[in-house]
Amino acid sequence: MLIIKDLEARVGEKEILKGINLTVNPGEVHAIMGPNGSGKSTLASVLAGREDYEVTGGSILFQDQDLLELSPEERAREGIFLAFQYPVEIPGVTTINFLKTAVNEVRKHKGLEALDAVSFLKMMKEKSKLVEIDQALLSRSLNEGFSGGEKKRNEIFQMAMLEPKLAVLDETDSGLDIDALRIVAGGVNKLRSPLNATIVVTHYQRLLDYIVPDFVHVLWNGRIVKSGTKELALELEEKGYDWVKAEASLA
Amino acid sequence: MSKETDILDEITTSEYKYGFTTDIETDVIPAGLNQDTIRFISAKKNEPEWMLEWRLEAFRIWQTMETPDWQNVTFPEINYQDIIYYAAPKQKVSVNSLDEIDPELRKTFEKLGISLDEQKRLTGVAVDAVIDSVSIATTFKSKLYELGIIFCSMSEAIENHPELVRKYIGSVVPVKDNYFSALNSAVFSDGSFCYIPKGVRCPMELSTYFRINAANTGQFERTLIVCEENSYVSYLEGCTAPMRDENQLHAAVVELVAHEKGEIKYSTVQNWYPGDKNGKGGIYNFVTKRGICLGNKSKISWTQVETGSAVTWKYPSVILKGDDSIGEFYSVAVTNNFQQADTGTKMIHIGKNTKSRIVSKGISAGKSQNSYRGLVEVMKRADHARNFSQCDSLLLGDKCGAHTFPYLEVENPTAQVEHEATTSKIGEDQIFYCNQRGISTEDAVALIVNGYAKEVLKQLPMEFAVEAQKLLAISLEGSVG
Repeated sequence: MLIIKDLEARVGEKEILKGINLTVNPGEVHAIMGPNGSGKSTLASVLAGREDYEVTGGSILFQDQDLLELSPEERAREGIFLAFQYPVEIPGVTTINFLKTAVNEVRKHKGLEALDAVSFLKMMKEKSKLVEIDQALLSRSLNEGFSGGEKKRNEIFQMAMLEPKLAVLDETDSGLDIDALRIVAGGVNKLRSPLNATIVVTHYQRLLDYIVPDFVHVLWNGRIVKSGTKELALELEEKGYDWVKAEASLA
Repeated sequence: MSKETDILDEITTSEYKYGFTTDIETDVIPAGLNQDTIRFISAKKNEPEWMLEWRLEAFRIWQTMETPDWQNVTFPEINYQDIIYYAAPKQKVSVNSLDEIDPELRKTFEKLGISLDEQKRLTGVAVDAVIDSVSIATTFKSKLYELGIIFCSMSEAIENHPELVRKYIGSVVPVKDNYFSALNSAVFSDGSFCYIPKGVRCPMELSTYFRINAANTGQFERTLIVCEENSYVSYLEGCTAPMRDENQLHAAVVELVAHEKGEIKYSTVQNWYPGDKNGKGGIYNFVTKRGICLGNKSKISWTQVETGSAVTWKYPSVILKGDDSIGEFYSVAVTNNFQQADTGTKMIHIGKNTKSRIVSKGISAGKSQNSYRGLVEVMKRADHARNFSQCDSLLLGDKCGAHTFPYLEVENPTAQVEHEATTSKIGEDQIFYCNQRGISTEDAVALIVNGYAKEVLKQLPMEFAVEAQKLLAISLEGSVG
């Protein structure tokens, strides 16, 4: 589904991604780990199409399409979802209204008719149970006054509503307590299917106890320097990143 | 950034879709303003002597006044001798059926989406259309008349209900009030007159569309709405004008009178031609609107969505004379490109236990300047007055300006006056968040702006609310950068 080849990207003058290679197939969960500043969030942002990040080399194929040719909204409509690390607040726009607009854009793109209010509300009620999100929160302005946990749950709720092919979770566990973590991870797991894929960007092993990855990649200095299975994550938890950095430097 | 500026360049040429002109024979007088002009206008309308005298006196007063200079909008000096003060489509003076109206005129109104067709009464909106200076047709007149409601053009009112007009005209906005009210009083062309008798709740929205068609004309409409005891009316005003290179002046006067327990709801969706993207042309919208809550427990609320005009200069106000009376002002004022706005309200608390509420949402984009100017005055004997004001400014881009000039003059120690103000901008992060959920930048701006203006838009009668939402989106096209 996703083929990233020799991807290079920079922000302003600073080169951050220096040659990423990654292939993600349907049904898979890939974890991207690495020390601070390694480029994890940059990778997530580049996949979403954030303008500040300039792609200077390489390619990204998503479902056989050149992803770099598509605008952020087109990528979203094709089925890419980014769960933001710091979800932004939009006063005056309710989550309901926001999602109705988004869901209907995606449907329009797929040639489907827009959902009427009744069907939409029904869908919302169903999906909100996945992340135990209070219906009352959804009538409020998007993320306004939400706690960290509520914001992250709202991200996963939106994911449930938009049913993406590829979900990129950017440090979804940051700022969450154990209970919130369990609920968020539970939601992500319930959405997993053989037809979609997930890239989980995280520092810590903790989240991966709940969202068990098929592959773990270590990103350091703009490159994926080591790949393995979920055992790799456990090893990192135990030993830290130094040994990986050392290995990479020697190579 | 480069991608966004491309979109900006592309879309700022978006059309003002009401910019067409209608080719109909128009009766115009030569430009210029003197006593003869006024006599001509009055004669054309078959006005009684007292009306002509009133106009002439206003003209004398106007000649002694000077153009004001305290406003936060700039425009080249207006040459009042260079304006045509009367233009009317050449057609039969009175029409008994809509079939008698010039088909070109009817087409104009169709293009504007205004149905003069009585058959379309499903919307339950009674429409009076004023093109240039003349009121074209008032639908549903007879049905309203059965209830004792008078809804007709000002000209007709002067002819058929002179005692009412004479009683109230100039009582809320005196001739001397300001430069433009004096001018209007001298040369006013037409407008709407609405009278709701005691105990009657007007069963439909009353609506008037103003359209300035002929070049170089000014439009000076005069509207008067009177609600007797325990009555109610909701009135809508919509405005458009064709695109022309020169500026055109629109100096209207609107007076509202509410007697005991009477309620008047006045909504405006103003979409006058705003000038092109370089600031050339556009309407000067200098309007004096004022309501007086004469009776106890009366209520007047103003709701405006101003998206057009090169320069908007108006302060719909309420004089709260009756005890327990309520005044409200809800406004969304959008300026884009080179538009300027200096708008707001005045709430004058005179009676006891009076309440006023002000919600003003300014949206600035492009290189425009948007000012809110508001006065809350609590007079010495206005016991237990309460006011709440909220003035918010939203900036799109970094080349526009938002200004707030709140004036609070409180002379009574029991008054409760609250004022809140916020300034914000639409962040790139917010736009990107919307993009990432499949929403285009244009739609994202529309979504966010509508959310911002929601509190005001929900005051509008439903038919207008939908149009206003679309209008907001259109007037901000290409403004994100």
